[in-house]
Amino acid sequence: MSTTRNLTILTMAALGLAFSSASQAQLRIDIAGVGASQIPIAIAAFPGEESAPQRITSIVKDDLNRSGAFKLIDNEDALSDASAISYDLWKKRGADALAVGSVQRLADGRFDVRYRLFDNVKATQLSALSFGSQPQLIRLTAHKIADDIYQKLTGIPGIFSTRISYVTHVGKEYRLEVADADGDNVQVALRSTEPIISPVWSPDGSKVAYVSFEAKKPVIFTQNLITRERKLVANFKGSNSAPAWSPDGSRLAVALTRDGLTQIYMINADGGGLRRITSSAGIDTEPRFSPDGNTIYFTSDRSGGPQIYKISINGGEPQRVTFNGSYNISPRISPDGTVLAYISRREGKFQLYTMDLNNGQEQRLSEGSRDESPSFAPNGKYIIYATESSRRGALAVISTDGRIKQSLVMQGGDVREPAWSPFVK
Amino acid sequence: MRKLSSLAIIFSAAMLLAACSSTKLDDKNAPVENRSTGMSTTADSAAVNNADTSADPLNDPQSILAKRSIYFDFDSYSIKEEFRAVVEAHAKYLNAHKDHKIIIQGNTDDRGGTEYNLALGQKRAEAVRKALVLLGVSDEQIEAVSFGKEKPRALGSDEAAWAENRRADIVYQ
Repeated sequence: MSTTRNLTILTMAALGLAFSSASQAQLRIDIAGVGASQIPIAIAAFPGEESAPQRITSIVKDDLNRSGAFKLIDNEDALSDASAISYDLWKKRGADALAVGSVQRLADGRFDVRYRLFDNVKATQLSALSFGSQPQLIRLTAHKIADDIYQKLTGIPGIFSTRISYVTHVGKEYRLEVADADGDNVQVALRSTEPIISPVWSPDGSKVAYVSFEAKKPVIFTQNLITRERKLVANFKGSNSAPAWSPDGSRLAVALTRDGLTQIYMINADGGGLRRITSSAGIDTEPRFSPDGNTIYFTSDRSGGPQIYKISINGGEPQRVTFNGSYNISPRISPDGTVLAYISRREGKFQLYTMDLNNGQEQRLSEGSRDESPSFAPNGKYIIYATESSRRGALAVISTDGRIKQSLVMQGGDVREPAWSPFVK
Repeated sequence: MRKLSSLAIIFSAAMLLAACSSTKLDDKNAPVENRSTGMSTTADSAAVNNADTSADPLNDPQSILAKRSIYFDFDSYSIKEEFRAVVEAHAKYLNAHKDHKIIIQGNTDDRGGTEYNLALGQKRAEAVRKALVLLGVSDEQIEAVSFGKEKPRALGSDEAAWAENRRADIVYQ
């Protein structure tokens, strides 16, 4: 009962924050659901944090709250990393863990950010980190602290400092944008009057590959997100689409129609070394590499309707992977290679499903009717996908156990084609 | 700076292409009205073009060549009987004008995945391309591409909009 009430308050708080900082391209986040077990944690205010451009503990609390894995214990305390910790006091307040820290402006304009994490039950320190952060990187520093808390307390790497890319469509303009995983800190990678689809991150997180219609046909580009350098990777006769990076980043699997209907090919990241992978009389598209790079999962209509298959990168006979339902598309493999996420049409609804690749067990995760384009978080615990909200394209994030859901809605436009970045060093 | 200049190139290219493809193909009455009223509106240049190249049936709004959209049934990728004559007329024209090139743009309705619909739109464009090649048109004159569900002519999620978008367009270069 009290959990529900707490969550409502927190959700409203998150909404309020989003509204107050709402600009035209801002994504608004709603949260629903709680994790199977929530770790009670107290985050004390960091003395000096009001001197930084953003309040670090607010960002950390929002991150932990959104993950669904924590129950934040309210407190009015401000404790620095040098404070003496009364474990028993915090334990009595219901906090199994406690984070403290400090922020100090340095003479060169940077901020010295220090943080410590304690286990109140075991009365031990779990972590201590310090950062020399540029003012514009305060948000990133906060996300890294949240990542560290998540990892130390759940054993799973945090994804708060990762990024997402997606395509917005407002009026006549399409934009490929990159934002923090919480939808904040938006940067525009490409603007066009023609559609942009299928962005995917390179394994090192420095580039995205995408399909642009700027030449009045689908053509594949890669773009460096730091230097903004764009490279034409595939512009063969016909359509060029569905890029997927090999795990080492040296090659892309792509879908081309240069030889007739859509088939899967491999091409070097510099556009050379084209090699055909699949050979069917119908459609083969949406290639994705397994994490070991040896297998490509793809969508094919060789049996009639679209189903998911896999094939060795050296060719050979493909094996069918999905059998339930007459329409299964958009295969995505979890970072550990054990789970397949895909979109299935059942009773007229296009929804997100996962399949345990060890035993074939299926689970429906989404509840929309036009859900699309799933993408795993790099820790494999969340999936971002495209959905609809009030007849507009919106994004949603769901935990792979189906318990926690966030929706990211953009005011006054459509947002589609999400892709989650890898871990960035 | 680098970013700005490359964006400028993209935009100007896109605008040029947009200008090329904005010719209305289905509006049979417009040029006739322009001639009778002598209006100097935006349609003026089209009227001038008609006069200049009156010998070219491609610019004759009364010609069957003015029909450049081929519609498909739901979940179908074969050319319906009613569009045979249109395809044959374009084949005849392209065979007689080897210097002319076309792009066939396949489209789908908005149900289903982005990339799978792109492949389905290609299937429609490919059906038209194959029919033209069977009628003797050189492969060099044709490029079949797909817009999938990305550039719907009709907006909305009803049968009328879906039917309008299940389409392949022939675009002369």
